[in-house]
Amino acid sequence: MFEFSHLSIPPAPALFAQLLVGLINGAFYAMLSLGLAVIFGLLNIINFAHGAQYMLGAFCAWFLLNALGLGYWPALVLAPLIVGLVGIAIERLLLRHIYRLDPLYGLLLTFGLALIIEGVFRQQYGSSGQPYAIPPELRGGRNLGFMFLPNYRAWVIFASLAVCLATWFTIERTRLGAYLRAATENPVLVQAFGINVPRMITLTYGAGVALAALAGVMAAPIYQVSPLMGSNIIIVVFAVVVIGGMGSILGAIVSGFALGLVEGLTKVFYPEASNTVIFIIMALVLLVKPAGLFGQAR
Amino acid sequence: MMQDVRWVWIGAAVLLALALAAPWYVYPVVVMEALCFALFACAFNLLIGYVGLLSFGHAAFFGSAAYITAHAVKVWGLPPELGILAGVAVAAILGTVFGWLAIRRQGIYFAMVTLALAQMVYFVALQVPFTHGEDGIQAVPRGRLFSVIDLDDTLAMYYFVLAVFLLGFALIVRTINSPFGQVIKAIRENEPRALSLGYHADHYKLVVFILSAALSGLAGSVKSLVFQLATLTDVEWTMSGWVVLMTLVGGLGTVLGPVVGAFFLVAMQHYLAQLGSWVTVVQGIIFVFCVLVFRRGIVGVIATYAVSRRATQAEGPPAVGGAAARGAP
Repeated sequence: MFEFSHLSIPPAPALFAQLLVGLINGAFYAMLSLGLAVIFGLLNIINFAHGAQYMLGAFCAWFLLNALGLGYWPALVLAPLIVGLVGIAIERLLLRHIYRLDPLYGLLLTFGLALIIEGVFRQQYGSSGQPYAIPPELRGGRNLGFMFLPNYRAWVIFASLAVCLATWFTIERTRLGAYLRAATENPVLVQAFGINVPRMITLTYGAGVALAALAGVMAAPIYQVSPLMGSNIIIVVFAVVVIGGMGSILGAIVSGFALGLVEGLTKVFYPEASNTVIFIIMALVLLVKPAGLFGQAR
Repeated sequence: MMQDVRWVWIGAAVLLALALAAPWYVYPVVVMEALCFALFACAFNLLIGYVGLLSFGHAAFFGSAAYITAHAVKVWGLPPELGILAGVAVAAILGTVFGWLAIRRQGIYFAMVTLALAQMVYFVALQVPFTHGEDGIQAVPRGRLFSVIDLDDTLAMYYFVLAVFLLGFALIVRTINSPFGQVIKAIRENEPRALSLGYHADHYKLVVFILSAALSGLAGSVKSLVFQLATLTDVEWTMSGWVVLMTLVGGLGTVLGPVVGAFFLVAMQHYLAQLGSWVTVVQGIIFVFCVLVFRRGIVGVIATYAVSRRATQAEGPPAVGGAAARGAP
């Protein structure tokens, strides 16, 4: 019976602790798949470099702290801006030339970029992580009675939800978002109405990359800042995107958080499968609803 | 036209002579590595070049076959031919399941689905005990082929690898030029039309996927005997990217492209071995360069040049797995 002991009901604090970890992971899945969906919507490119850009965000915060003495809160603004500018440069110099080609070339190009970025940082910092301290304002935590909630983790969940909802609001409820959605449907027509679509594409890519960098800064104090942090997460995020379908912004957010929670629960009840559960769910979703839970037809 | 055929045969004879004599002028293990990767890339190219499906998860077949063969030979004591057979069988079964799942989506989604499924295999390989985690399966005995030929002899091993490569390559060339091959090319060019002609496109895609997975497995199995080693590197996503790069450099959808790409990149890796992580950076730069300005690949460019010299006609840029195939040797 010993083998199955981990299948019994665990003590409540352990359960809630793993749910919290799941929720945190889910927050990052949601933010990253949101950025992927926004970029894919307008550029028709799967941004393989998204994980590397998330890692760049975390490293940017680490540099700001160690080289310039700028702490977490300035980094939260500056790192997405800097990495977003890098993204804009990438779009103008490289991605711009391949829009008329098969979208698979976009995947290959950004894969190459991911290799370059990751290789440079691995050469510089090895595979080990650099520590990044939790900002003093958010140290400690509170006891909720049934579990201990560290302040920083509460902040990450709150902030990522806010960022996700703000992105959703911008795209679905503002004039800018209306232009964006229109350009996704028919860029030529929108251009004919006098909207500078190429610039919109550039800024959208920059914004998607900035979102990845923001997630990176928020992740820095939780996971260590490591050159490999991006490639570890991006493939899971791809699975999340396949499960959710890329048609819907809200779908990306919901499936991100939900799959994080499922992963956390699996860690409690059957830890051996916690790494693979999202891929298994992806396979099941492909069987039942190939277009994804929130997606339209392929 | 007759002249073309004659040149192809002469070219093939020269290449074969070079390959047969290789152990006397190059370090054989490097050539064996290149041959394994060449077979792997050819198998991958079958899918991208002739059906237009970009798989980003071929490391799963390569790596799992490597593990199975290494385990079968080392722990169960099977002779190498049966060990390879076991590896290929597992890769084919895995390919059946993955293909069955992945062909439900197309284009970019297909790439993401195969990548995610392969990552699942990676995590399984990380966790199950028989793969020995980070260490991998080491000191795999090469054994005696058909209980006659001692594969510990480098020369014997080399000719065995060469024979396996030639068999796999011949199978691929035969498939491409068969009526079946015509149908899959028709599906690549215009799937709705192929459907309307009564071909079950998904059925054909699945068969090619399984064939591609099995041949990738063959490459992985042989590789594990050459290096006497099966590790996590073989199932990692970087391996999937590596085979994409070899095919891209050589020329997507050309028969010889993946072979040229594999030899080119394996040679490059050996020259750059002391650079550490910069090798990854160089790989990335080659990726970016190929996508931006060198989409036809080495063989594709040569073929286009040869074709345009005969009939001065220009062609547009190829789609992925696209038109480069037509003029290629």
